[in-house]
Amino acid sequence: MPWRRVRLVERRSQTPSARSLVFAAPGWPGHLPGQHVDVRLTADDGYRAVRSYSLAAPADGESIELGVQTVPGGEVSPYLADDLPLGADVEVRGPLGNWFVWRTEQPAPVLLVAGGSGVVPLAAMIRAHHRTQSRSTFQLLYSVRTPDDVWYRDHLADGDPRHDVRILYTRQGPPAGTRAPGRVGRSDLDGPASRLQPASPVYVCGPTGFVEAVGDLLTDMGRDPATIRTERFG
Amino acid sequence: MNSLSPGFRGRRRSLAERLPPGQYPTESFPVLSAGPTPRVSTEDWTFTVTTERGDTRTWTWEQMTALPQQGIVQDIHCVTRWSKFDTRWRGVPLDAFLEDVATEAGFAVVSSYGGYTSNMPLEDLLDGRAWIVHTYEGYPLSPEHGGPARLLVPHLYLWKSAKWVRGLRLVIEDEPGFWESIGYHDYGDPWREQRTWGD
Ligand SMILES: Cc1cc2nc3c(=O)[nH]c(=O)nc-3n(C[C@H](O)[C@H](O)[C@H](O)COP(=O)(O)OP(=O)(O)OC[C@H]3O[C@@H](n4cnc5c(N)ncnc54)[C@H](O)[C@@H]3O)c2cc1C
Repeated sequence: MPWRRVRLVERRSQTPSARSLVFAAPGWPGHLPGQHVDVRLTADDGYRAVRSYSLAAPADGESIELGVQTVPGGEVSPYLADDLPLGADVEVRGPLGNWFVWRTEQPAPVLLVAGGSGVVPLAAMIRAHHRTQSRSTFQLLYSVRTPDDVWYRDHLADGDPRHDVRILYTRQGPPAGTRAPGRVGRSDLDGPASRLQPASPVYVCGPTGFVEAVGDLLTDMGRDPATIRTERFG
Repeated sequence: MNSLSPGFRGRRRSLAERLPPGQYPTESFPVLSAGPTPRVSTEDWTFTVTTERGDTRTWTWEQMTALPQQGIVQDIHCVTRWSKFDTRWRGVPLDAFLEDVATEAGFAVVSSYGGYTSNMPLEDLLDGRAWIVHTYEGYPLSPEHGGPARLLVPHLYLWKSAKWVRGLRLVIEDEPGFWESIGYHDYGDPWREQRTWGD
C-alpha cells in the first residue's frame, strides 16, 4: 500500500484542544466508515514519525477528514492540531482496519459508544448512515468531560429522526442537566441496549480504560461479545 | 521551505537500530483488541495442542505452571506503530508443549478465548522464539494484555502474540487467522514492515 501526499486545505476547531483537518487526497481510493489512516511526518533531517488517525467522514471523492485531539507533550498530535500550515503536505497510508467498520448492509439497530476523541470514527458511521435510506436506528452514547469537550455538534444534531444522541458528562454537565456527572455506568447503557436486537452491532471507541470499562459493562449485561467491536486509541 | 510537514522536528533519534522501520518507541503499553476483554480464570484455563490428524494434548493451568519456566526480556512491536523495549515476561517456551508431538504440519493456528485466531509457520514457534507467558514485569498478566496467559512471538508484529491463548492447531496448509483474513499481512515481520496484504 503506497504512501500518498495529501494537502491540508481546512482546519476547524472542535474544542479548545481538538481540530478537524481536511486534506486534499488525489487518487484517494475511498474507505468505509470506521477505518483509519497512518499519518507520516518527516523532519528536515529525514527523521519520520507515524501515528494512526481515524477518518471522520464517509468517503467523499478526493477529500479526507481527520479529527485530532492534542495530547500534551505528544510528538505528532500537537503538530497536526496547530502547527502544520494550511497548504502544506503530509503523507498518509490507508485506508486501514477492516474490522472496526460499519457497512450499510449490516443489520440494525446500531449502538455507538464514544469516549472523548473516540467519537471520530463513530461520527463517520453516523454521517454515512444519515445518507442512507434505511429505516434502521443509530444510537450514540458519547462520554465527554464537560460541555466544552463536545466535538461535531452540527453533525450530531443532524435532525435525523433515526438518530438518538446522548451526551454523558464525566466532570461537569450543562446547567440544565438531569444526570449527575460521572463515568458511563450500567444505568446509562440499560436503556439504549434494550432497544437493540441480540445480533445488533455495538461499536466502542476511545481511550483503553474507557473501552475496557464499557466492554465489561456490556458483556456483564449479557450482550454477546462477538457483537461488540472495539477500537482503542492508546 | 520544505512543503512536506514543514517545521516538524520530532523527538530524539536514539535507539534507531533497535526500532523497526515506521515504528516509534513508547513507555506505555497500548492495547489493540478487536472486541471486549474476555475474563478467563486460571481454574478454567486450559491449553490444547491439536495435530493435523486431530490428536490432542491438553495442559491445565497447574500443569502449565509446573513446566520449567523462563524469564524473557524482549522488544515488542505493534502494527499500530509503537514498539516497547526490554519488556520482561515469565512463561514456558512453546518447545515444551510441542516436543512430544508427532506432526508433519508446516503451520500453526493459535486460538484464543473469545474466538480470536492468528496463523504462523510452525518453525516460528520453535527453538526458543515463542512462549506462553503469564507474568509481565513481575505481576500476573492483566486481562487487557491477554491474561491469564498469552502467546508471545516477539519477532513478529504483536497481533500474532494471541492474548487469552487457549490452543494451537497444527495444519499442513496455511490458514489465515482473524486479522490476516481481513487485510493484515500473513507473516508480519516488523523488520520487513509486513503490515498489510501486499507489503
Ligand atoms: C487505530 C487508531 C486510531 C486512532 N484515531 C485517532 C483519532 O481519530 N484522533 C486522535 O486524536 N487520536 C487517534 N489515535 C491516537 C493517535 O494515534 C496518537 O496515539 C495520539 O495522537 C498521540 O500521539 P502523539 O504523537 O501526539 O503522542 P505520543 O508522543 O505518542 O505520546 C505522548 C504521551 O501521551 C501518551 N499518549 C499517547 N497516546 C495517547 C492517547 N490517545 N491518550 C492519552 N495519552 C496518550 C503516551 O503514553 C505518551 O506518554 C488513534 C490511535 C489508533 C491506534
